[in-house]
Amino acid sequence: MLSTRDLVLCALFAALLGGLGMAPPIPLGFLPVPVTAQTLGVMLAGTILGAKRGGIAALLFVLLVAAGLPLLAGGRGGIGVLMGPTGGFVLSWPVGAFVTGWLAERFATTANPIRLFAVSVLGGILVVYAGGIPWLWLVAGLPVDKAVFGTLAFVPGDLIKAGIAAVAASGVRRAGILPIHA
Amino acid sequence: MLGLYLHRESVVHRLPAGAKLGGLLLVTILVLALPGGWGALAAGSIGAALLVAARLPAGRVLAELRAPVLMLTLLFGFQALLAGSGWEETAVAVARFTALILLATLVTLTTRVMDMVDLFERLFGLLRPVGVNPAKMALMLALTIRFIPLLGEQVREVRMAQRARGVERNIAALFVPLLVKILTMADDLTAALEARGYDPVDAGTNDSKTKNSTQR
Repeated sequence: MLSTRDLVLCALFAALLGGLGMAPPIPLGFLPVPVTAQTLGVMLAGTILGAKRGGIAALLFVLLVAAGLPLLAGGRGGIGVLMGPTGGFVLSWPVGAFVTGWLAERFATTANPIRLFAVSVLGGILVVYAGGIPWLWLVAGLPVDKAVFGTLAFVPGDLIKAGIAAVAASGVRRAGILPIHA
Repeated sequence: MLGLYLHRESVVHRLPAGAKLGGLLLVTILVLALPGGWGALAAGSIGAALLVAARLPAGRVLAELRAPVLMLTLLFGFQALLAGSGWEETAVAVARFTALILLATLVTLTTRVMDMVDLFERLFGLLRPVGVNPAKMALMLALTIRFIPLLGEQVREVRMAQRARGVERNIAALFVPLLVKILTMADDLTAALEARGYDPVDAGTNDSKTKNSTQR
């Protein structure tokens, strides 16, 4: 049963995913590739809101992309993008946020950044790739081993995002206004 | 809030969202089930016919297709080189998905975001037996649409503040204040909703009341 505050939190985090797509990419001093922060938003939705609300937040976002709002990084959106070769990654976000949250509710309930990092990697990277790679195989006929190899290029960037999500979530928890079990 | 929708006076635009989405689903299944290039050819022809009927600028539509087609071509080309399979197969596979993405893009360009959201709400009604509350989903979708420009503004604001303090490369310094701000906003927005008579226990039991609370 979702309270009014839960509804508002889900909508706010769904909107945060959209806001992160609109913002110019964040420069990282030591990396040539700037970070587009939307998968970071998926991890934050999970670690901060928990499984149910985090999953709903990401689901709302995906639904609005499907409805035709240009919310993905670079102003992309619509059903065509979701049906395209990389659509599986975006479609996996709700599951990724849910799993991140599910794990966080069990194994990362404190401000410990290492545990938060671990759950972000499992839910926000592993689960999302587990959805995205078979899709790539299905749509582009790319054999799974090649698809895995191709997506490895994105792993360092995603690990950095998981690190940022962990530090940020840890900071929020130390600030003590965390709604995870509220 | 503006979507990717492009307004024209056409039959395609006037078709209900459900018909367009259902048609897309049907054609997708058919194209994937048909062997060889015939499905792609048929879907491509339907796409071209719809494009003309919808009076959409071809350039704009093709621009939407450029990125996925380029990526598909690269992926298939790469694969054909590695596996040594024929170029015809590659061409057919690229054509299939280009045709499907064209059709999907046409659905998006000819359907208003709110019509699509209304359709989703009706589809959520079907999930009521498994515990989904369509009224709450509808309210959250409406709230999200309202919050997106607000959050975009918050992201910009916090980044500007960090830049002024010279810590723009410190990512924690960006996200912690942003998240704290969002969580405090949640309290105010909850109070605002409840002050306007929104009752989560009531939601979904009375349709006319719910419609009011979604502020549409």
